[in-house]
Amino acid sequence: MSRTAVIVFAIVVVLFAVSWVAKAVVLSDTSDSGTLDAFLVTVAAFLTLAIYSFLYKDNPYYKFAEHLFVGVSAAFWMCQGFWTTIVGNLLPRLSEGMANWFMQPYQPGGYDLGFLNLSYTVLYWIPVILGLLLLMRLSPKGGWLSRWPLALIIGTTAGLNFVRYLRSDFIVQVSSTFVPLLGQEPHQWQGIGAFFSNFSLDASGQFVALLANWVIFIGVFCGLVYFFFSKEHTGLFGRASRVGIWVLMITFGASFGYTVMGRISLLVGRLTFLFEDWLGLIT
Amino acid sequence: MKRQFPLFLVFIFGLFMVFQYFVPHETSEWVYEFLLDWILVIGIFALALGIWSLYKVSVDKIKTRKANWGYSYVTLFGLFVMILFGFTSQNGDSWGWYFIFVATVMLTIGMVIQAMVSSGQKGLSLILAGVFLVASVLIGMFDNAWSFHFYTAEGLQNSMFRAFFDHILIPILSTMFSLLAFFIASAAYRAFRARNLLASLLLLAALIVMLRFNPYLSPIFGDYMAKTSNWLMNVPNMAAQRAIVIGIGLGIVATALKVILGIERGYMGKG
Repeated sequence: MSRTAVIVFAIVVVLFAVSWVAKAVVLSDTSDSGTLDAFLVTVAAFLTLAIYSFLYKDNPYYKFAEHLFVGVSAAFWMCQGFWTTIVGNLLPRLSEGMANWFMQPYQPGGYDLGFLNLSYTVLYWIPVILGLLLLMRLSPKGGWLSRWPLALIIGTTAGLNFVRYLRSDFIVQVSSTFVPLLGQEPHQWQGIGAFFSNFSLDASGQFVALLANWVIFIGVFCGLVYFFFSKEHTGLFGRASRVGIWVLMITFGASFGYTVMGRISLLVGRLTFLFEDWLGLIT
Repeated sequence: MKRQFPLFLVFIFGLFMVFQYFVPHETSEWVYEFLLDWILVIGIFALALGIWSLYKVSVDKIKTRKANWGYSYVTLFGLFVMILFGFTSQNGDSWGWYFIFVATVMLTIGMVIQAMVSSGQKGLSLILAGVFLVASVLIGMFDNAWSFHFYTAEGLQNSMFRAFFDHILIPILSTMFSLLAFFIASAAYRAFRARNLLASLLLLAALIVMLRFNPYLSPIFGDYMAKTSNWLMNVPNMAAQRAIVIGIGLGIVATALKVILGIERGYMGKG
């Protein structure tokens, strides 16, 4: 550790202590647990600053916040999963004894297949056994057994995704693209004369509605042409591909702008926390 | 058995999930619901595997003194302290000796890890671990201000569990995302140069959308900026997004088919 690093560390510790004490004094008027609240607000503020310190360069304070986040978030999701899924939903269905042990209402049930009556007790032991098999991955010799529960998850998810995405990302998208190019109610096409006599740039007018339909249809078609790499992009195909990349560029620009504004609103949120909740400079 | 049976399972469950969609029978829907429940339960065991993996990687890093090994202690501290909060809660208004208890438990774990990773001074670490363990057990037995909750989800209501979520997880997460604003601004400076038609389209679309969401500049342009931005998002943006989504959808369907038919076997690993 260099001398500069030690001095910086000492300054950080002193600032932390000063901030904690000052905040505790301020909060003691309004809160019974002022010291603890002041500590938590100071920790949040210093962690925020530690992350922002990465803008200068990678440093120990950033690494500290990063590693703390990994540990805390892993434990958070483990506790949530344990209490909500295992204790909340699984154990009350496995047996009455376990439900009583964990002070949960027993949830008896099952399904009669006609030739076989399956109770929850039998049905919910299967994923428990499969879950335990998954832990066999830790064993050098029995690791191959963990493939069975993995196979169930992979197979079920693959089958589910096959139908789900075929429907939502393909059939629904294609059918939504086939919009009426000559307008629909209340903008039904009534001839070129009627079109020009009622021409307006208003958002609710026929021209804007027709333009939207044409842009969507041509945009999707040309966008797909651009992504089709089995044929050389020359001639008419190449021109369609060119239009496709124009539409894609507009999308990338719009998405970029949207993302920038989203991130800036988060930045404003963090700065508000620092200047309002921590330093109390703005109200 | 080692490779063929998992392939068979993938094929059967994959095929079932495809066909159940077209079978509106009560039994089919019932099996579908159960399979989804099973996946959730198995997923929790996978989470436990992940936690173990995180612990092992961190301890190994300390043991082998890899680069930045010291920060692994921070990860382990965050992990264990949050687990402790998840299983304990306050009984009244006072915390009593709770924080000293948390400190002694953390020191016990730290000393045990120290004994595991260090080649010398194992005995001293274990003695210290024993001392801290006795201290934590005594506090746990005689302090009534808080209690363990192994049977009910009181731990999730523990104000320290919520406080760590609100004052550690959320600030770090939102600051990490807001950090991207600076990098995006830097990237924009380089990318947003109207050198040709394509770059100009990108620049124009981004400017219109950004101006629309700017609370200070948007009113200058009146209603037009909002209308143009909305049209841009709802029409050309949607058209290209749809082309991308169709491509992604076809990719997912093809991959799912490869998995079900056993052509894609990467998930099985080696051996």
